[in-house]
Amino acid sequence: MNSEIKSLKGTAIPKISNDQNTDDIIPARYLKEITFKNMGKYVYFDERFKNGIEIKEHQFNNAKFKGASILIAGANYGCGSSREHAPQALHRFGIKAIIAESFAEIFAGNCASLGVVGVTLPAKEIAALAQQVEKEPKTELSISLQDKTISFAGKKLGFEIPEGKRQSFLNGTWDAMAVLKNSEQEIEKVAEKLDYLKYE
Amino acid sequence: MSNGTLYDKVWEKHVVAKLPTGQTQVFVGRHLIHEVTSPQAFEMLREKGIKAKFPQFSKAVVDHVIPTHDRKRPFADAEAELMTATLEKNAKEFGIEEFSESSGKQGVCHVAFPEQGLIWPGQLVVCGDSHTCTYGAFGALAFGIGTTQVSHVLATQTMAMDKLKVKRVNFNGELNAGVTAKDMALYLIRKLGVKGGVGFAFEFGGKAVESLGMEGRMTLCNMAVEGGARSGYMNPDEKTFEFLKGRNFAPKKDFEKAVSYWKSIASEKNAIYDSVVDFNASEITPMVSWGVNPEQSIGIGERIPSLDSFEGKAREEMQDALNYMGLQEGKELLGTPVDVVFIGSCTNGRLSDLEAAAKILQGKKVAVKTLVVPGSQIMKRQAEEKGLDKVFKDAGAEWRFAGCSMCLAMNPDKLEGNQRSASTSNRNFKGRQGSPTGRTHLMSPLTAAATAIEGKIANPLKHLRN
Ligand code: SF4
Repeated sequence: MNSEIKSLKGTAIPKISNDQNTDDIIPARYLKEITFKNMGKYVYFDERFKNGIEIKEHQFNNAKFKGASILIAGANYGCGSSREHAPQALHRFGIKAIIAESFAEIFAGNCASLGVVGVTLPAKEIAALAQQVEKEPKTELSISLQDKTISFAGKKLGFEIPEGKRQSFLNGTWDAMAVLKNSEQEIEKVAEKLDYLKYE
Repeated sequence: MSNGTLYDKVWEKHVVAKLPTGQTQVFVGRHLIHEVTSPQAFEMLREKGIKAKFPQFSKAVVDHVIPTHDRKRPFADAEAELMTATLEKNAKEFGIEEFSESSGKQGVCHVAFPEQGLIWPGQLVVCGDSHTCTYGAFGALAFGIGTTQVSHVLATQTMAMDKLKVKRVNFNGELNAGVTAKDMALYLIRKLGVKGGVGFAFEFGGKAVESLGMEGRMTLCNMAVEGGARSGYMNPDEKTFEFLKGRNFAPKKDFEKAVSYWKSIASEKNAIYDSVVDFNASEITPMVSWGVNPEQSIGIGERIPSLDSFEGKAREEMQDALNYMGLQEGKELLGTPVDVVFIGSCTNGRLSDLEAAAKILQGKKVAVKTLVVPGSQIMKRQAEEKGLDKVFKDAGAEWRFAGCSMCLAMNPDKLEGNQRSASTSNRNFKGRQGSPTGRTHLMSPLTAAATAIEGKIANPLKHLRN
């Protein structure tokens, strides 16, 4: 199974306010659903819709950012509850990477377990990046986990990412399912040797 | 580091691999499923096109959302209906046996699975439910897991875990009359605190534990997680083997072979533990919780502690708990009026619990709304064969269908406003029983039955004597 993530390319959505919490990202009433399938539709729901009417200017509705796979955010992104639904919502909306000033810890862990790459840049650089994307929404960003850089419009910025996380993306071990499945032979061996599984 | 304990031996047998993350990949011998924590896990497999690896080792049941009053399908609550139908569909699609209501084997997971003989000594058992520790009563290693892990187990029959330390908890001596496994559990948590077991599995032992029947052992292990331990167990003995013999899913032809394996995995006499605590069982009295976690409990004759015995944050927490519960420091709990009595749950919804309650309610009338909810359809039938349903109904209590009922707020059985309940369940957290301001006092079935008669928190010893 190939789960390695070495680099990512795509356009971006700039949404750089600080302390965006998991309730903003996915309102609590959607936690009752029995699958994560629809979570992408509900991302930022209460900001995106007022009385059922779409707020056209909201970054996640705005036509000029359509198809973007990278989110640019501010400080303490994803604070609040531990709900797995928040990164699921972003992930299912199509977000593959988040560039922020900083992340809330549990959220960062939940993102990593879905293969959503989170990297950090200083506030000034976040602002510059957001400005570029606002002006030229079609700007393609290229994130390299190998040399920890973001390239765009002829510029290159170095980013931060916890080394353990970076390694887990590079070697595919962020995907616990894939890691467990890798032990196929050992699983069969233990199943074979556990007598009690065969008692009649 | 522990050595030679049941935990060490059983863990060793289930190790599949050491993972790059530093965790251990372990094989899961028994996987149990309910409707609340499984739908997203099945969905993850479906999205990735993965099949269940060993569906024969998994079983499923609906318990949390199922109504205990009106069971006509579709259920009045559309969400409960959807969750139930989804489990049925997933079980069928992935080839997993479900104990549906029509099979006659439905019940609260931790009651319905062991009574089928599915839990054996030396198994590694997991379920997407924190009270999975109940199964430790059989000498199994049993852990609650999260939804993502449920998907891992379905797909690979393994999961990533860290090994716990082992804390041996001895209950030496004998229990007094009217004191039950539930009182032992509350006593333990009061003494060690709700974080006392964090990072540990409890190994329960000592004379008072050995003299418990299998149902009492399940009650004690059930509450291990409330004491912070992810798992709790006791070593298997003749009672364990006797319980399993002849049950649906227990070994038949290989029973003797199984017993010799089961004996072999018990802790060695000279096993090494990471920690040992000793209690004197004869000091335990019927226990009642006064606060918003199980540690906030006292013996029935004691007074609520005074605020002065706490400082700083602990004092604030205590004040907050008292405010929420509408109680005062230093006062007796005995005699506090209650609005509802709930006898049931995976802690105390088994036959011996119902018998205990019936012993007190026989020929008496309840003074407040009293719900008696058997833990499973089978428990219900067994109780009815013994005429217990009649005792309850004659006393004015409600006799319900099997389910989690008023243990938590996912079905129609709920507290209203700031109603106060006497409950045989395991959690007295704020809002746990369905009303955000509802108040819960945890206690044994004997104490709950006595409380039902008086309409206020009562000493069961008084009623046992009558
Ligand atoms: S009875 Fe209560 S604790 Fe037990 S499984 Fe049901 S909800 Fe959970």
